[in-house]
Amino acid sequence: MKMYEIVKSQKLTPDVIKLEIRAPHIAKKAKAGQFIMVTPTEHGERIPLTMADFSPEKGTITIAALEVGKTTRELGTLKAGDKLFSLVGPLGLPTHLHKYGNVVSIGGGIGLALMYPVVRAFKQSGNHTINIIGARNEKLLMYEDEIKSVSDEFFICTDDGTKGHKGFVSDILKDLIAKGSKIDLVYAVGPIIMMKVIANITRPYNIKTVVSLNPIMVDGTGMCGSCRVIIKGETKFGCVDGPEFDGHDVDFENLTARNKRYMPEEQVALRRWQGAK
Amino acid sequence: MAEEAKKEPRKIVPKKYPMPEQDPKERTKNFNEVPIGQDAQTAILEAQRCLQCKRGPNRKLCMDGCPVEIEIPAFIKKVQEGNFEEAIKIIRQKQNLPAVCGRVCPYENQCEGNCVVGKKNEPVGIGRLERFLADWERKEMKKGKIEVPPSTGKKVAVVGGGPAGLTVAGDLARLGHKVSVFEALQYCGGVLIYGIPEFRLPKEIVRAEVDYISRMGVDIKTDYVVGKLDTVDELLKEYDAVFVATGAGLPDWTGLSGENLNGIMSANEFLTRVNLMKAFKFPEYDTPIRVGERVVTIGGGNVAMDCARTSLRLGCKESVILYRRSDAELPARREEVHHAKDEGVRFELLAAPLEFIGDECGNVKQVKAIRMQLGEPDASGRRRPVKIPGSEFLIDAQTVLIAIGQSPNPLVPMTTPDLKTTKEGTIAVDEEGRTSKKAVWAGGDIASGAATVILAMGDGKRAAKSMHRYLTGDKSWPSPEVFEKLSCEM
Repeated sequence: MKMYEIVKSQKLTPDVIKLEIRAPHIAKKAKAGQFIMVTPTEHGERIPLTMADFSPEKGTITIAALEVGKTTRELGTLKAGDKLFSLVGPLGLPTHLHKYGNVVSIGGGIGLALMYPVVRAFKQSGNHTINIIGARNEKLLMYEDEIKSVSDEFFICTDDGTKGHKGFVSDILKDLIAKGSKIDLVYAVGPIIMMKVIANITRPYNIKTVVSLNPIMVDGTGMCGSCRVIIKGETKFGCVDGPEFDGHDVDFENLTARNKRYMPEEQVALRRWQGAK
Repeated sequence: MAEEAKKEPRKIVPKKYPMPEQDPKERTKNFNEVPIGQDAQTAILEAQRCLQCKRGPNRKLCMDGCPVEIEIPAFIKKVQEGNFEEAIKIIRQKQNLPAVCGRVCPYENQCEGNCVVGKKNEPVGIGRLERFLADWERKEMKKGKIEVPPSTGKKVAVVGGGPAGLTVAGDLARLGHKVSVFEALQYCGGVLIYGIPEFRLPKEIVRAEVDYISRMGVDIKTDYVVGKLDTVDELLKEYDAVFVATGAGLPDWTGLSGENLNGIMSANEFLTRVNLMKAFKFPEYDTPIRVGERVVTIGGGNVAMDCARTSLRLGCKESVILYRRSDAELPARREEVHHAKDEGVRFELLAAPLEFIGDECGNVKQVKAIRMQLGEPDASGRRRPVKIPGSEFLIDAQTVLIAIGQSPNPLVPMTTPDLKTTKEGTIAVDEEGRTSKKAVWAGGDIASGAATVILAMGDGKRAAKSMHRYLTGDKSWPSPEVFEKLSCEM
């Protein structure tokens, strides 16, 4: 049995863990926007996590996880030298890269981890990058310096105003549109509600809007359909047809409902794990 | 026939010696294997029912029905003599997964279907003898390295660690080639691991079979998705030949309204959660599953039976199979249908779903269905089910499982541009399993569409022979027109 070694473990915020993992085979092939499936232990669940970074030179990939459920909290306890039972990737289609012109990328919460390699790739593809990052408060912001380093324009928002604009990332987008800025692409990754709001803002203006979805997955390779999402009335698989879709075509209500379907069991697993600790 | 007639007076025991089974009432409360297995004494008695028929020019024998060509009379003779070690050796010459096939092969249509004893009586229980020997081997034999001939220096990549891939790996390792198996999931075994439930095929047994193959020197790489990591073209830079056996992993859907409601799952998702991820042991294992009071499974094949029987074991009060044709057309093996009926699965036959109805939270609560009757035979030769107007009815369900089939996994064809596929999305292959791409073979469900474990193994067997010939010098390859034609025809 293969085991994947953690080379670096770091708390990005009180409840976000960043793990750098030795996986040269994945690092060599990974592209921005793709994800991996991780199973921490033999009894563990397979969960999809977006890649926050990858380095073919170092032979490592980096993942970031918001510690909400049992599996992600378990990941949160891991230290350098610890090993993961299973790691599969790179999965999903990479971000479609192209010289669009002005690209506004918007990230919220844990979405900021995925946003970094994507905006870096937008920049490398010759785009003018306008990046908006947001979180509930200053302490929950992450990847600020990294994202700033690949930004032509850069905005920070916090719900409580502890840093940057007080309010939502969508406020900044609305301002940009109101000012008449030329926007060729909007890219949004974060909580479902945030992506839905962004898609609703850009829809009347016909601004192409790409969102990165996070449905519940089991195998992550197109085998089971746990991650099916409704796109323009058609069933698609988040894992192989996505994770990125046109935000104007996504049925966000269905995604929200589907992502809640194991909530009672998730609570059971979490309480059991906390009890054992 | 004269020869058998002479032997008739030996008085054949008319029925197979019974296979002890867990009681239906008990077994629906656990995931333990249903048939318990026979003891050595019974196996010898069963073997003694065999007439040791000789092959004749116009006579079909047990061996002719075996897709992997096991020397059946020879191994049964050894069982008659009580020499189990020699018996399993004979099986192992041809068969890489005896403990699996001894459980899930449809023997009734294969070896046992041709058995001469079976013409007037029950056939010899060839399947259960194979199972007995494989189980005996696993318990009694040493687990050391398995001797293979000196290396030929040739390297083979097998893409997909299911029955077809493991067969090629075993056969080519036995001929001295160096084989690596690339498996996408965390365990090798394919459908044997994620699809077939524990109570039909304990995963410990699959692991032991995979272990046997790795003890032959086969390198098994799990967590490796070919097409996302290395592509077939990249593998060809390092390997002399590639066998693609990525299976029919893509679930088919009904396309009916409401299919994305919570509680509606593909058979693949349901079985993967339960078998691969061990959700039946939640919360000891982290992956959840919930079935509710009534589970409706749509479909009538082996996978549908597996879903319906698994649901009972997960504690639903009623497990219902909804199938659009009648009992006689159920595509599942009879044995599976009987097991399901014994366990109390309700068969709602000649009925098809129309739509799925949800509650205000987005959970499925009912299936709207309609009664069917059988009309004229269709292209498959089976009578076409026709809706009876006005016969709509509702059936409550907290879980609906869609078990109406699987399609070929598109990943390898998509990432291998010069690999020709058929209209159904399978990889076009000739009778040896060769594809339109030189040095690449394919077999199992990715080449044949969704079929059975043993047919996949038969594909593997044929491909392994062809690959061996290629690796040892005969580099001939069919012309592109052959595949051009295949990809249009099928």
